[in-house]
Amino acid sequence: MLEAPLLAVRALTAGYGPFQVLHGIDLDVAAGEIVAVLGANGVGKTTLNRTLSGVTRARAGSIRFDGQDITRAGHDAIVAAGLIQVPEGRKIFPNLSVRDNLLLGAWLRGRPERTRSLERVLAIFPRLRERLSQSAGSMSGGEQQMLAIGRGLMAQPRLLILDEPSLGLSPLLTEELFALITSLHAEGLSILLVEQNVVQSLAVAGRAYVIEHGRVALSGAAADLADDPRLKAAYLGI
Amino acid sequence: MKPVLALLVAVVALAPFASSSQYLVNIAMLTAFSAFIGQGWNISGGFGGLTSFGHAVFFGVGAYTVAILQTRWGINPWLGLPAAFVLGGLVGAGIGFLSFRAGLRGSYFALVTLAFAEVFRVLSNSSDLTHGGLGINVKLQLGAANFQFADRRASYAVVLVLLAGATAIAAWLKRSRFGARLVAVRENEDAAQALGVGLVRTKTAALALSGALTALGGVVYTQTYLYIDPSIAFGVERSVEMLLVVMIGGAGTVWGPILGAIALHLIADVSRTWIDTPGFAPMLYGVVLLAIIAALPGGIAGLKGRLGRA
Repeated sequence: MLEAPLLAVRALTAGYGPFQVLHGIDLDVAAGEIVAVLGANGVGKTTLNRTLSGVTRARAGSIRFDGQDITRAGHDAIVAAGLIQVPEGRKIFPNLSVRDNLLLGAWLRGRPERTRSLERVLAIFPRLRERLSQSAGSMSGGEQQMLAIGRGLMAQPRLLILDEPSLGLSPLLTEELFALITSLHAEGLSILLVEQNVVQSLAVAGRAYVIEHGRVALSGAAADLADDPRLKAAYLGI
Repeated sequence: MKPVLALLVAVVALAPFASSSQYLVNIAMLTAFSAFIGQGWNISGGFGGLTSFGHAVFFGVGAYTVAILQTRWGINPWLGLPAAFVLGGLVGAGIGFLSFRAGLRGSYFALVTLAFAEVFRVLSNSSDLTHGGLGINVKLQLGAANFQFADRRASYAVVLVLLAGATAIAAWLKRSRFGARLVAVRENEDAAQALGVGLVRTKTAALALSGALTALGGVVYTQTYLYIDPSIAFGVERSVEMLLVVMIGGAGTVWGPILGAIALHLIADVSRTWIDTPGFAPMLYGVVLLAIIAALPGGIAGLKGRLGRA
């Protein structure tokens, strides 16, 4: 990688109170890449996510996005810069309509841009169009995940972070989800995919990082990692 | 449907002006007043989900602001309106910043607001500035220039104008980006953060706006009754009144506080003609509130949606 990556994380440490969770993470995402961040429960994936999006403050290290230092930036500035997170567990607004959920994703943008984004997102998710005025909480789990991703797209991301998007989805819906990730990528979107689902994540990602105890245990091209015996060791902690 | 409703509201609101019945005007004035301070509560409590048990703190700040300004420094009570608006906003911003930065939510926040109102009540009870427990009497000097009206209809008109303004703000919240952020925070703080909404900033701004509006209610109170003391100003009854009209009418809706105020005052008045025992009305409010929470969580304004779905 000769040109500066879209996202560059260096020696990042973070934690909560007396607990340090991340012990120095180095990670890059180049423009147009899908990068997977893999690891078992409790290794710090969600903390990494929260730190990247400015919800949790970094203790040391640096985060650069698009050449700009965002290590100490507030999460609103980070969203405005185009680093958008789709939080884990389909955090939608259950009592609001599907339309309002989507429009909230783009509240930073002007009205004409919002309308354009809405049309684009509805073209990607035709099922949401049928349910625009329905309350979001009444949809199935898979539809809610689509809504959460759609809402992320409304913010016109330059890098979309998906936190455990396949969590709690049926195998069939998981297939559909990964197909969707591939097609978003094909349109040029850069994606950081934080997942527990190793096999399918490595199939769609270009590169991957395996996190263990708050450190990068393994990294490299997804195709190489898939065959690496150390992956299984790192992942299962044996 | 909407224009018919608006026309109906206008006719009901303006009817007291054509009447010479002091009784009717009084009822209308009290109803519009409850609706106005309810709308103040609704901005933060309804749209933002920041349930407060201590909104009397803003009402009291407004009431004392105008009373102190004119009795101590001879400042025209009309100037009490902008002064109370600013002070109410500052108190709201202060309480909001302290509570939200500390991460207080839900019932914790509600209890903290209750505590703030109590602190203000105790302070005003012992301070020279507020004349302690004696309260402040405003000298009777009738005249529009003094914001004192012999005809209750004039006071009613002032409250109606304020209510119209507050309702316009609620309608603006429905369509504005600030309102969207506020509703996002109410619905799911984590998701709102993921969209880049600043939690502390948004909630503090909402409480400041709510406090500023509610303080105007205090100004009108002082100028109507020409007397204020610590328990009228900061007593829990006022906080409960605001919360009640919003819960009964429909939290987070534009018309909820108005519907709730009409319902509440109808209940209070009808019940008084049956049983005129002191304390009966508050008891009845409690029963009505329980019934609403159990049967109609969206309040009266939520009734339309429920009927539509059935």
